[in-house]
Amino acid sequence: MKRYTIFVITENFIGILNRITIIFTRRGINIDALTASESRVDGIHRITIEVTTSEDMVIQLVNQIEKVIDVIKAFYHEDEGVVYQEIALYKIPVTRLDGGLEKVIRQHNAKIIAAEPQFVVLELTGHKEQTQELLEILKGYGLLEFARSGRVAVAKRMVTIDDFIK
Amino acid sequence: MKESMIRGADIVVQSLIAEQAEIIFGYPGGAIMPVYDALYDYHEQIKHVLTRHEQGAIHAAQGYARVSGKVGVCLATSGPGATNLITGLADAQIDSTPLVCITGQVAAHLLGTDAFQETDVVGISMPGTKWNIQVRRVEDIAPAIAKGFYIARSGRPGPVLIDITKNAQVDFGEMNYAPCLGFRSYKVHKPVEQSSIQEAAELINQAERPYVLFGQGVVLGKAETELKFFLDKTGIPAASTLLGSGALSQDHPCYVGKLGMHGNYAPNLLTNQCDVLIAVGMRFDDRVTGDLKRYAKQAKIIHLELDPAEINKNVKVNIPVIGDCKESLSMLTEAVEKKTHSEWLAKFRELEELEKEAVMQHDISPTKIGLTMGEVINQINQYKADDAVLVTDVGQHQMIAWRYFNYKKPRTQVTSGGLGTMGFALPAALGAQLHDYSRQVICVVGDGGIQMTIQELGTIMQTKAPVKIVLLNNNYLGMVRQWQQMFFDRRYSFTELNNPDFIKIAEAYGIKAQKVKAREELTEAIEDMLIYDGPYFLEVVVEKEDNVFPMIATGCSVEEVRLS
Ligand SMILES: Cc1ncc(C[n+]2csc(CCOP(=O)(O)OP(=O)(O)O)c2C)c(N)n1
Ligand SMILES: [Mg+2]
Repeated sequence: MKRYTIFVITENFIGILNRITIIFTRRGINIDALTASESRVDGIHRITIEVTTSEDMVIQLVNQIEKVIDVIKAFYHEDEGVVYQEIALYKIPVTRLDGGLEKVIRQHNAKIIAAEPQFVVLELTGHKEQTQELLEILKGYGLLEFARSGRVAVAKRMVTIDDFIK
Repeated sequence: MKESMIRGADIVVQSLIAEQAEIIFGYPGGAIMPVYDALYDYHEQIKHVLTRHEQGAIHAAQGYARVSGKVGVCLATSGPGATNLITGLADAQIDSTPLVCITGQVAAHLLGTDAFQETDVVGISMPGTKWNIQVRRVEDIAPAIAKGFYIARSGRPGPVLIDITKNAQVDFGEMNYAPCLGFRSYKVHKPVEQSSIQEAAELINQAERPYVLFGQGVVLGKAETELKFFLDKTGIPAASTLLGSGALSQDHPCYVGKLGMHGNYAPNLLTNQCDVLIAVGMRFDDRVTGDLKRYAKQAKIIHLELDPAEINKNVKVNIPVIGDCKESLSMLTEAVEKKTHSEWLAKFRELEELEKEAVMQHDISPTKIGLTMGEVINQINQYKADDAVLVTDVGQHQMIAWRYFNYKKPRTQVTSGGLGTMGFALPAALGAQLHDYSRQVICVVGDGGIQMTIQELGTIMQTKAPVKIVLLNNNYLGMVRQWQQMFFDRRYSFTELNNPDFIKIAEAYGIKAQKVKAREELTEAIEDMLIYDGPYFLEVVVEKEDNVFPMIATGCSVEEVRLS
């Protein structure tokens, strides 16, 4: 079992995400995180999927994904093959703002991105291990809400979408 | 509005005609009525067959597609009409049958509101189609149909569903049909790599006990001749999967039999003795491989396959040859040395004798009083045409008919392989027959399965399709009963059937019918049936508790194939 990032380059058509997630459901594979966005090329979307599984399985998943008619290309990398980031938001009650918290914010390079009469929102960008660490600490500060994005990633390999659509 | 504009419904029908569809199997209803209205004007250019159930329509389209190699076309209304197609879609998906199914849908402004007969058929059918789409605007109809036909028939074929909202059917638009010739996200297949051919050829040339397994891919790739030439040159023993049957004449000297749970003894057993296994257009289904951990471990494996996702899916292969097997087989034939493998072939023949004694003897010339399914098929062999199509349902009769039918020509095998859909045979036989009225179509069906789609006798009556229906009546859900006998201590839990008078039913549909109970009557009855000009229903009462052997029980290895 290992963590893999699957990249899917696809036409931007209705239902495409559904078609892709069905492939994971059928094999009983849990998706750790998924993000979808536009790509550099008009009309083409990219989906990034994080899974923890065996290499055999990830190869089969990628093969099945690539069979989906509107998918242009699918491939996978191990963590070493990708540059990735995640963003996490933490909502803390103002009543708990004190010197201790200020130190935590500084140490972790977190940012305060919103301050309301009742709460503040901190933001931290980084790998899961980092955002997780801050999460554990902030639980001691009356953390009200926590949200973390899926991984956004780019491959280290020097290929571009243009290579797939020519 | 310009004068050249026509209704969306007319665009639907004209698009089908542009794709050279000859026949539509369908059933009308509210959301598809504009298309039915349009069909009224085109009955000279395209035929429509009204089945008695949408499941019948789609299985008929499958039967048509299987024997013709063309795309089967199916039409249904929204809601229940559309959901009745699902079994057929799943069946066509797993057996790679090209279909284009068009369903009506509620008007676009009602979508998502739980309108009358609204169902999310695009969502429901997503895992069971090669591709599907909802069309909500008249201008999108023709491109969707063009793309649908292209996807259905190209690459590894499969079913496509196009859901068209009612407003798109009644709105007016331009008809300028452009067939689809490809698009960027869908690469049909790459040319075969010469290097993989070289590697494969070297392995084959060195092999002492090479063995070919061929599947439906040969039929779908129209590579029957290429397979024959390859075997002519190499002299390699070759066995067929269920859906591969017919791809090679059983008279060919290299033909050694059938693979799988109820296939022949030698082909299963010797899978674990070959040194090079050459799989052509087959996907190592679990019914073929048995326990994967003990499957052909001694062999180097070459896999000729169109669909890259099939490579290493079930069995790890040494040399994948990806691409159209029509291409790869002829390249391979070029590259290999001419050889014979008579000793190795003789081994198959030797073991075949064992099977003859232990199984076939009983099946074909039984000593029991009751008739066996095997002798019925054997008698059919005596009188059938070489290119007769055998359509079977699912169960014991399917396995026995497959085992004993003498396949000589391509596209003579129509059965539900991957899904094992009871109720498939009767409508599929109808569809196969409607492709060509002059071809012999023999539908072998069980007393259980026929009752799942028996209403299609009505369609047979109306179309006068001269299907020869052979009901092998054992008064049981026989295959399940066999498992209960073998693996559940003879606890026959809900498998015995209290059957109706099938002859009366057939006759009520105006179909000539006959019932045979005794051996003396069998030959004549079969002869009568096969020469009869028109649909015919022959019920044969067979031994109630006969079993199908050989058998590889679930979880067992191919070498544990049992003769009793
Ligand atoms: C739609 C469907 N339901 C259930 C099954 C499970 N099943 C497989 S074979 C069989 C018995 C078939 O009985 P019959 O049609 O009489 O054929 P026989 O085996 O007796 O020849 C059943 C119930 C199936 N394959 N398809
Ligand atoms: Mg039965």
